[in-house]
Amino acid sequence: MLGFGHQPTAFGADALPAEVVEQIAASRARDRRRFRLAFIATWVLLVGALAFAIAQTGQVHLDFMLEWAPFIMGGIPVTIFVSVMSIIFAVMFAVVGALGRLSTLAPIYAVASLYVSLVRGTPLILQIIFVYLALPQFGIVLPSLAAGIFALSFNYGAYMTEIFRAGIQAIPRGQIEAAAALGMTDQLTMRRIILPQAIRIVIPAIGNEFIAMIKDSALVSLVTIQEVFWRASTTGSRSFRTFETLLIAALIYWTLTIIFSVAQERLEARLRKSEVRL
Amino acid sequence: MSDPRDTFAKPGALTPAGAEPIVRVLELEKYFGPNHVLRGCTLEVYPRETICIIGKSGSGKSTLLRCINFLEEPTIGAIEVDGIRVTADPLHSRSREHRDQIRQIRRGAQMVFQEFNLFPHLRVIDNLIEAPIRVKGVARDEAIATAEKFLDKVGLSEKRDEYPGRLSGGQKQRVAIARALTMEPKVLLFDEPTSALDPTLVGEVLNVMEDLAHEGATMIVVTHEMAFAREAADRVYYIEEGVFVEVGPPEQVITNPADARTREFLARTLGEAHVHEAAGAVHIPQGADAMHIHADEGPAHERTLDDIKRIEQQHDHM
Repeated sequence: MLGFGHQPTAFGADALPAEVVEQIAASRARDRRRFRLAFIATWVLLVGALAFAIAQTGQVHLDFMLEWAPFIMGGIPVTIFVSVMSIIFAVMFAVVGALGRLSTLAPIYAVASLYVSLVRGTPLILQIIFVYLALPQFGIVLPSLAAGIFALSFNYGAYMTEIFRAGIQAIPRGQIEAAAALGMTDQLTMRRIILPQAIRIVIPAIGNEFIAMIKDSALVSLVTIQEVFWRASTTGSRSFRTFETLLIAALIYWTLTIIFSVAQERLEARLRKSEVRL
Repeated sequence: MSDPRDTFAKPGALTPAGAEPIVRVLELEKYFGPNHVLRGCTLEVYPRETICIIGKSGSGKSTLLRCINFLEEPTIGAIEVDGIRVTADPLHSRSREHRDQIRQIRRGAQMVFQEFNLFPHLRVIDNLIEAPIRVKGVARDEAIATAEKFLDKVGLSEKRDEYPGRLSGGQKQRVAIARALTMEPKVLLFDEPTSALDPTLVGEVLNVMEDLAHEGATMIVVTHEMAFAREAADRVYYIEEGVFVEVGPPEQVITNPADARTREFLARTLGEAHVHEAAGAVHIPQGADAMHIHADEGPAHERTLDDIKRIEQQHDHM
């Protein structure tokens, strides 16, 4: 019971006094502030302890790190370029793959299923090397950047095929019926009604895939693309200071994923507020 | 082959003299798996007529409507809209020619759904011009002009650039009606257009529909709104278990139903006051006897004691 002379009446309870409403709000805000503070303090403590433990090894030479950091950071644009291009092509593979997985024509369904099965059944690292080294045996020679982007997008496209298939299937039946009743062909319905809505549904999932892609793009260093990881491991092994260079690379990847995670949260919040209600 | 006639179909008051039916449903049957949902329905609709189909849920009324534009594939029988006839052929997948015919029928017979089914990713105006441009091949300017005309007709010009998510249910359904009208169809199919609406929003949709009916639009309306049927229909079909039990003008079928089953349905829907014992409506004889009908009145928990007393009184009269 609140002891503020708060009396229920036949016309519904009286409104709480304004200062009480304010007190409740202030108490909520205090709780939120405390939570935030404790969260930040814990992170500072843990990261500090980690940094201290690393420094204790005696392996870390700051001068060396500062000397090579600019070169390794020079790989950031390459990493981002490879990731962005790969996610774009992966979306294309995924759309085609999803349409194939929803096809009523057996051969098309079979091809799409084979694609997904093959890609999901073999390691990404193997696929990247295969594209770079084995395709020339068939007379297809791709420059390393193209090979890396192709392998990454082919691989991610297979995983995202299932995401897109689920997105397409999430569109209510009524939408398809309405399009059919207006006289639209199946193809027109897919292109104008279903896919535009399905894309909106899978945007958060594409964001997750992109963040994973930033880290998996390190694997294209195998085909000598000079992105962050390649630069870190090459400079590291040349001077036998791999520990420090990889530390720099780790910090770069971590920062990148934090930045893109925040961007993704913003995007999702905007989608939630959008006037388009699916 | 000679067509079975819908012996109860008579051209409505607004129908031009000598006009041929615009919609023919010929001995239509529909199975869902082993369920025999429609058991031989024949229906003819003349230009500028409004037809209401009433019946309990599960009676097959929506299925019948959805067979007319082939959202459901008929099992037996034929559908004809504006001279294009498609005969049921469920054993064969449809040829390209057949699919084209079905699309033509759909263009001529536009449907308004219970759940509106507006396209949520398109603004109101874009909902209205999508099919005219991409299906009919109308020029964009012309499509926009037509869309604005019909939007004005349903009283929603100011919602032109809104997304459907910002509209009330009644507004959504009015937009859906405008969307159907922009295809300039020969007949409008309404599938319980007010059943998903908040009761306070039903009126605005029914007003639009009544206006359309009085202006001479050809309409087939599946509905529970008896007031609308009485006001706007040229003919009312009462359907039960996949067959038309009673057909006639509303003042007969709704006000003075001849068949016990129609009476019972109306008694439940309207309450006792509106139903009178009388002859006059066209009564389709059925094999079922009164006791059989009595046993088929649905789950007892839906009925109050008064309902049961009333039903028993009706049977005593027969």
